Amino acid sequence: MGTEFWVVAEHRGGQLRRPTLEALGAARQVAQAAGGKTAAVVLGKNAGNLAAELGKHGAARVLWVDNDNLDVYSSGGYTHALAELARAQKPDAIVFAASAQTRDLAPRLAARLDTGLLPDCIEMNWDASDGRILAKRFVNSGKALATVKARGTPALLTTRPKAFAIASDTGGTADVVRCDISIDASHCFGKVKQYEQPAAAKVELTEADIIVSGGRGLKGPAEFAILDELAAVLGAAVGASRAAVDAGWREHAAQVGQTGKVVTPKLYIACGISGAIQHLVGMTNSKVIVAINKDADAPLMKLADYAVVADLFLFVPALTAELKRSQK
Amino acid sequence: MKIAVCIKQVPDTSATLKVKPDGSGVDTEGLEFVISPYDEYGLEEALKTKEKMDAGEVVVLGLGPERVTKALRSGLAMGADRAIHLADAAYEGSDALATARALAAALKKAGPFDLIWAGKEAVDDGMSTVGAAIAEFLGIPHVSEVKKAELAADHSSVTCWSEVEGGTAVVEVKLPAVLTAQKGLNEPRYASLKGIMMAKKKELVRFTPADLGLGAEQVGKSGSRTEVLKVEPPPKKQTVTKLIKDLEPEAAAKELLRLLRDEAKVI
Repeated sequence: MGTEFWVVAEHRGGQLRRPTLEALGAARQVAQAAGGKTAAVVLGKNAGNLAAELGKHGAARVLWVDNDNLDVYSSGGYTHALAELARAQKPDAIVFAASAQTRDLAPRLAARLDTGLLPDCIEMNWDASDGRILAKRFVNSGKALATVKARGTPALLTTRPKAFAIASDTGGTADVVRCDISIDASHCFGKVKQYEQPAAAKVELTEADIIVSGGRGLKGPAEFAILDELAAVLGAAVGASRAAVDAGWREHAAQVGQTGKVVTPKLYIACGISGAIQHLVGMTNSKVIVAINKDADAPLMKLADYAVVADLFLFVPALTAELKRSQK
Repeated sequence: MKIAVCIKQVPDTSATLKVKPDGSGVDTEGLEFVISPYDEYGLEEALKTKEKMDAGEVVVLGLGPERVTKALRSGLAMGADRAIHLADAAYEGSDALATARALAAALKKAGPFDLIWAGKEAVDDGMSTVGAAIAEFLGIPHVSEVKKAELAADHSSVTCWSEVEGGTAVVEVKLPAVLTAQKGLNEPRYASLKGIMMAKKKELVRFTPADLGLGAEQVGKSGSRTEVLKVEPPPKKQTVTKLIKDLEPEAAAKELLRLLRDEAKVI
């Protein structure tokens, strides 16, 4: 068998998660450079509809492990299935979209296969000189950029959300290969008992195109309502600085920066955030940055593409109203 | 209940870092080092569990050069009972997998432990690998990015809540297990003066690879499965900031929207 690059499809509720298509985009581009093929791995029941979508976006094969024990994610079951599949078919690399599930699964798989894992890559290139993937990833919370390689086969890599373009629609169809792997309940430790969903379906911070974020300048938890309103009009996610999270104004899931999330939306609107280094490292790679602050000398105002010197309690509602008016 | 906490010493998170001109890594000269924040959440949780039960032992483990002793002493000052330092030139250059292999061997030697905590990732290399890899090497379950953990009354299992995209996953695993700590788990305590004094007298043992039965090929660079070829400063965005000021809120809002639509084309 020739060179093959795998993407592990992540799905929930019968839907493919969008970052999987970014991972597929990354894998396809490496496969093309290497003269190899791309395959997607789908674990779980009722995955036939996913195969069609994966094929359309360029997966030549879909390896489907159709097993009752993989219906719900478990670190044990998924590690077992992927390890057995990889040992049997020997892909060059396995690419995942970085996610909570991937961060739970990929390191365990790396240890089992005694191979290298490169998490959260922002660039992947094929190095023909040694037949390995050359990847780039941020270290020290974005304060430095490392060029890295994995030793061992398959190389395991994960793609940072929004760092790679979604695999384009080729109109292709994948060969669906059913893979029979023996898995019993004893393999499936670490099984998710249940997913507790928040009351309102929120836009995931790391996957959002637009983020409206608030800091100490908001002065309190109730004041975040003006950001929620702006975000609703923009279809944006709401983030927060560490100061706002540590003060208990917003839950940790919303924190942007060191000890929070690294985000790269196309538009980041920072409201009342002065811009401590711990915050900057989490959002500095946003495509366009807007900062709103009374203090024109705040560090974030200097980093921003557009800096609005204003009282945010007057400006943000005005912005929301203006957006609503122009959207009518 | 015996609880182990794996800690890593990292540059202070508020430090501005310089990259060495030869691209070999971050310049650590003159940097302050601290316990990686996520590891502190794990340690706090371990200490709380022990206090609640009013029994058991908390052991902190760390791998790295001489300076790591300071991080381990900080852990002892917070309340851990004893410390294990994997200290030897042979460990140098260990990546996440080699580190996990050595820590797993030390946990086996000093254990058995009922519960093992690690941070969900170290804030320096951000590999988020060590915790789950330790569990694999020990052949026990793990749960990642735990923001709340509840031990069963009979201590045979633990139920964990972890943040996932758009919600929370609930996972129950049998003990022994490895859990990795996420922010939100707790608020780590500061060491008291008494704690700092007592820490000086607590046991701190050192293990070389030979002590752990590890061969040269299992540690350091040869035991690693990843390599760093180059470290460089992050690409700097060239920004010319456009200032919007001295306008009434409505006028300023109109102007910003015009720029975002016509110039930046992002909305």
